[in-house]
Amino acid sequence: MEKSYLQLEKAAVGYAGKALISGIEIGVKKGEIVTLAGPNGSGKSTILKSITRQLALVGGDVLLDGRPLAAYSPQELAKKMAVVLTAGMRPELMTCRDVAAMGRYPYTGRLGILSGEDERKVDAALQMVNAGHLAERPYGEVSDGERQRILLARAICQEPEIIVLDEPTSFLDIRHKLDLLSILQRMAREQGITVVMSLHEIDLAMKISDRVICVKGASIYACGTPEEVLRDETIRDLYNLESASYDALTGSVEMAAPAGQPQILVLSSCGRGIPVYRRLQRQGKPFAAGVVYTNDLDYPAAVRLSAHVITAEPFAPVSDAVYSEAMEWVEKCGRVIDAGLVTEGGNRRLADLLQRAEELGKLESTAGKVWTV
Amino acid sequence: MRAVEDRDGKRRLGRRLRYAAVFAVLAAALVLVVILNINSGSVRIPPGRILKIILTGQGEVKEVNIIRRIRMPRIMMSAVLGGALALSGFLLQTFFGNPIAGPFVLGISSGAKMSVAIVLILVVGRFGAVSSLGLVLAAFAGAMLSTAFILAVSRAVRQMAGLLVAGIMIGYICSAVTEFLVTFAEDADIVNLHGWSQGSFSGADWPSVGTAALIVGAASVCVFLLSKPIGAYLMGEAYAQSMGVNIRLFRMELIVLSGILSACVTAFAGPVSFVGIAVPFLIKQALGTSKPVVVIPAAFLGGAVFCAVSDLIARMAFSPTELNISTVTSVLGAPVVIYMLIRRRR
Repeated sequence: MEKSYLQLEKAAVGYAGKALISGIEIGVKKGEIVTLAGPNGSGKSTILKSITRQLALVGGDVLLDGRPLAAYSPQELAKKMAVVLTAGMRPELMTCRDVAAMGRYPYTGRLGILSGEDERKVDAALQMVNAGHLAERPYGEVSDGERQRILLARAICQEPEIIVLDEPTSFLDIRHKLDLLSILQRMAREQGITVVMSLHEIDLAMKISDRVICVKGASIYACGTPEEVLRDETIRDLYNLESASYDALTGSVEMAAPAGQPQILVLSSCGRGIPVYRRLQRQGKPFAAGVVYTNDLDYPAAVRLSAHVITAEPFAPVSDAVYSEAMEWVEKCGRVIDAGLVTEGGNRRLADLLQRAEELGKLESTAGKVWTV
Repeated sequence: MRAVEDRDGKRRLGRRLRYAAVFAVLAAALVLVVILNINSGSVRIPPGRILKIILTGQGEVKEVNIIRRIRMPRIMMSAVLGGALALSGFLLQTFFGNPIAGPFVLGISSGAKMSVAIVLILVVGRFGAVSSLGLVLAAFAGAMLSTAFILAVSRAVRQMAGLLVAGIMIGYICSAVTEFLVTFAEDADIVNLHGWSQGSFSGADWPSVGTAALIVGAASVCVFLLSKPIGAYLMGEAYAQSMGVNIRLFRMELIVLSGILSACVTAFAGPVSFVGIAVPFLIKQALGTSKPVVVIPAAFLGGAVFCAVSDLIARMAFSPTELNISTVTSVLGAPVVIYMLIRRRR
């Protein structure tokens, strides 16, 4: 088995000698991306601060590259580990380049004056985070996303072997989140830099991480590859999701289904039902959904948002049983919404459902118009 | 890409030129204010004779004494202590991460003043004299006492506003103690004490200028050598720590050096207000950067110019009556601080 680059052994972390989380066992290999996930206040930052030596360990040990963290001098550690933190000052009258250049600190002389080589490395780091154009802009005046990239460039300038980031994607819009994570992924793949970070976006954590560590309460709740850890139940439990739900496979979050007896039937295929489901959810109207193949895009959302799903097994025409179940719902419901049900090929008889609804004067269609209830 | 690089290159060159210009202007201003200072006073001496006195030491005895024993040491003192004040303020601003911090507003000058007053009254009253070094030590002890109090408060009160109020309060307490001592001291002891406790560069002589220059010079070199960690500290403690700064040691160095500098000023000239806040701010704006490696020497020069100009105004504005130095520095410095506050709110 490959040796761990960062190893936490029975580590206990906390403030002022009081353990908040104890018995932490984590081994991170070189070039791996490991994410700490968990609700706010679960102690993700406390673990990270203990890894960066901002907080003294309460118990146990942290080994970096085979040596106890405590054995490193500040300078030695600075050449191995760089950080990107949420809170930071915004010094006045400093350009973005000045801030990035601070990362050269462990390598410059007594007065911190940059050599030509240092200058080139700063430029390269800025290019790497796509911030070359920001170099001479005042650091205090750039946007949150740009500032976060500059802080990452600062960390890259430090030429670390491991980079520790505390919620690097907070305050960023989705595009900047993805930009930042792609840069991290590139650093890990191409330069073998180990990345340890906390994220509260569980969907992103699942997509970028080699391993995910869930932190909750006084211990590590779960630890493993995203596939192992991020199951629906784990997440429901980790975040105490009672009403809303999370689909681990697609990373999609849905609100809680409206309670009550369904009075509306939504008929759809190919993901066309989702906007209708969500609208009905927003309006608090319970509904039944059908006829949905279990491999249809509509299926995961239908399961989470509707009171009842009329389900069909994939790769075959709908069975008689399903057909008659659907017909029952058409009879039973006060309104039938056709959000784009496919009635071609092997499923021509599904057109009967629409026709019956039409006869009963219940049919509404979303085709070719902005659908309103 | 090419165009961006060219533009950045030009900007960097422009920045260097700007630094050079600021230093040149400050140096020229210092020379000018020294000349003006030597040239002005209640006794009018023509420039030709002044030049002769400075260069050759020849001339009328009374005029030689005025120039060489009174005006020259006083100018030197105001310049050296002005530089010390600016750096002391700069260090405290770094420490607290706030541009409104300074030795005067945080009550550190007042602590030093109180402790010097105690030493003057008790020791001088009993033994007749105390060396200037002894006074500096006393002032340093007082400055550290106030600083310790401020640090204790800063642990409980996180916001700067609370800290400033605590500083102002400790300033009042120390001033009250000083006034109390002055009121009940023997008249002979307080001949100099009263003027000094209000702040003034008058009465500077060469030995004390020498002592001040030595202490301030050594401390300033130490401050300059700290410019690298000070720069890292601009991003906050956590970042500085992650880049390899030994935070405990560094914070200690900041406090001790700042204490030595403001103690030295207080021992020789009494409390002088607002220089420590206004000068570093103005210098950073003029340079257009916060990089300590440029800001520190420029702030020292700026403080020297600021205090030399203030002293000139103090001497000449209502001549032959002299103003307290703080009267002038407050009038010049306080509006700058108010401007800073307004700007920060925006």
